[in-house]
Amino acid sequence: MRPFTKHTGLAAPLDLANVDTDMIIPKQFLKSIKRTGFGKNLFDELRYEDEGQPDQECDGRPIRKDFVLNQDRYKGASVLLARQNFGCGSSREHAPWALDDYGFRSIIAPSFADIFYNNCFKNGLLPIVLQAEEVDQLFAEVALREGAQVIVDLENQTVTSPSGATFEFNVDNFRKHCLLNGLDDIGLTLQQDSAIRRYEEKRMNDAPWLFLPRGQ
Amino acid sequence: MSGKTLYDKLWDSHLVQQRDDGSALIYIDLQLLHEVTSPQAFEGLRLAGRKPWRVSSSLATPDHNVPTTKKERISGVDGIEDPVSKIQVITLDDNCNEFGITEFNMKDIRQGIVHVVGPEQGATLPGMTVVCGDSHTSTHGAFGALAHGIGTSEVEHVLATQCLVQKKSRNMLVRVDGKLSPWVSAKDVVLAIIGAIGTAGGTGYAIEFGGTGIQSLSMEGRMTVCNMAIEAGARVGLIAVDDTTIEYVKGRPYAPKGEHWDMAVEAWKDLVSDKDAQFDEVVVLKAEDIKPQVTWGTSPEMVIAIDEPIPRPEDQKDPVKKEGYARAWKYMGLEGKTMLADVTLDRVFIGSCTNSRIEDLRIAAQVVKGRKVASTLKQAIVVPGSGLVKAQAEKEGLHEIFEAAGLEWREPGCSMCLAMNADKLGAGEHCASTSNRNFEGRQGFGGRTHLVSPAMAAAAAIAGHFVDVNEFVKH
Ligand code: SF4
Repeated sequence: MRPFTKHTGLAAPLDLANVDTDMIIPKQFLKSIKRTGFGKNLFDELRYEDEGQPDQECDGRPIRKDFVLNQDRYKGASVLLARQNFGCGSSREHAPWALDDYGFRSIIAPSFADIFYNNCFKNGLLPIVLQAEEVDQLFAEVALREGAQVIVDLENQTVTSPSGATFEFNVDNFRKHCLLNGLDDIGLTLQQDSAIRRYEEKRMNDAPWLFLPRGQ
Repeated sequence: MSGKTLYDKLWDSHLVQQRDDGSALIYIDLQLLHEVTSPQAFEGLRLAGRKPWRVSSSLATPDHNVPTTKKERISGVDGIEDPVSKIQVITLDDNCNEFGITEFNMKDIRQGIVHVVGPEQGATLPGMTVVCGDSHTSTHGAFGALAHGIGTSEVEHVLATQCLVQKKSRNMLVRVDGKLSPWVSAKDVVLAIIGAIGTAGGTGYAIEFGGTGIQSLSMEGRMTVCNMAIEAGARVGLIAVDDTTIEYVKGRPYAPKGEHWDMAVEAWKDLVSDKDAQFDEVVVLKAEDIKPQVTWGTSPEMVIAIDEPIPRPEDQKDPVKKEGYARAWKYMGLEGKTMLADVTLDRVFIGSCTNSRIEDLRIAAQVVKGRKVASTLKQAIVVPGSGLVKAQAEKEGLHEIFEAAGLEWREPGCSMCLAMNADKLGAGEHCASTSNRNFEGRQGFGGRTHLVSPAMAAAAAIAGHFVDVNEFVKH
């Protein structure tokens, strides 16, 4: 997993509460066998006028011009400003995959749905909960000036607004450690590789028949 | 200190590391892979630049998506019409080739439903931990193995680390005492158990099935029982190792040989719960009380004996149950019916990882032999669980018996169990099915599933409606 330490990036404001995972990535795209490539269908229904199909080229599709990510000034955004209860609905891990694939590194909102919040950490995305007023201020500042950047500092647990205001946020120590070091669940377990090998050696002695090679 | 249960022993012998939060790292001996839940796990490995920890611990075969008619099967992967299904099967082939994992592909006679193939090859052994991205992995518990169904991210975790992060479950013993009546099978036993404890009865538990009623079952019957542990809410179902287990495993292609065999058998003898082991919960059923079972509703716990009237919503006291029953009645179209024998069947499906092994097919063939499928039926299909089961059945001439009676004889796969391939129910159609789930839409949109044993399904195919197979065979 890609580590997250400090990130400075263009912020895009998505002024909508209760954005559910089906809005983030509609269900017709779940049949894919991959976990990459969902970025072009991120927010598909909000973003395009027609109904998207898997494997469809998105370049020529009619877009909804007023949708935030379709506006030129937010091209290349990597921080998403959102409203409360972001990521509610089905537990699909495709939602963080899609946000990540699009290029987002962090999402800032007054609250998140639980499972989505967890899934973000597993996929190298940093979800940040700020006070509602702080989020309001970020929305206002970002709207004010084109190209406004936000700084997200995980080490110090702060978000710095375009005007330089600093907001602190909370994050579970263990999750912070994993994200700073780019450790996903697998990476964490692999830190115990010597314990696994020790177990394996002992087991090979006690039950050698479990370790025979399996030919085609 | 009291003794250990079989589950405790299996857990302890696979514990790599206990963590502070109550979870633990458990070592996995065997991972079975199929085409639906593995692609993203392999992709995850690739994206992270990781390799499988131990490729010899994995065994793969496509099953959920493969077509089961001869016509479609003859051209292998190219015969799969649905593009998504096809991509999943091809992807499994590619991933296994890339990572060097043993796969029984669509052209291999050993291909079949993972939970049939693992035991058949002797890949599943007593005392192992077994995982697969499929909830019916509990099947392998019949061998005294600790077997879990897992999700896709866990599939990747096991591939990369050979371990699974788990919390220990509590111990439940379900004992079936006494002798089963003629024509009452393992399927009836497990349906009766689910009827007794409910679909959430086993939640948080590892269930060990014991008692003379279980011990008298063959390995195939035991697999049927453990297969449905998950329908009782338990991720793990277990049966102690005895001579029946060891006899079954002996001589299978992947079973240990020679010196290893002797060592293994010695170790396996300890795979029973100690006499003084404590269970958190004990449930006892009398084998003699169990009659052929049929589900009437949309959950495996909505099950009755064939001679019982269908329970009515208005007779239920619990408001939640009343509402659930009313919904199930409506979905199943039971209005105006009293007994399940009143339901006219549209299709019959004999197959799935619950009941597609050779003994299941033998008993079904015995029931239909010399008889004809009811003219009111649209279709009756028999789908062997693997290429080897199919070959064995053909050697015994079972396919001729089925075809003479008007049942279709198919190629191995999950088939009508889950409507992911071409075999489906139409809306409103009633099906006597030997599979394990009767949820709304499970066998096709609007389809109405009744879970039964192979003998009951076979008798229903001839009669066109449910009958007590015990009575039926007398005529
Ligand atoms: S037969 Fe049915 S329950 Fe068994 S593995 Fe296949 S789809 Fe799952």
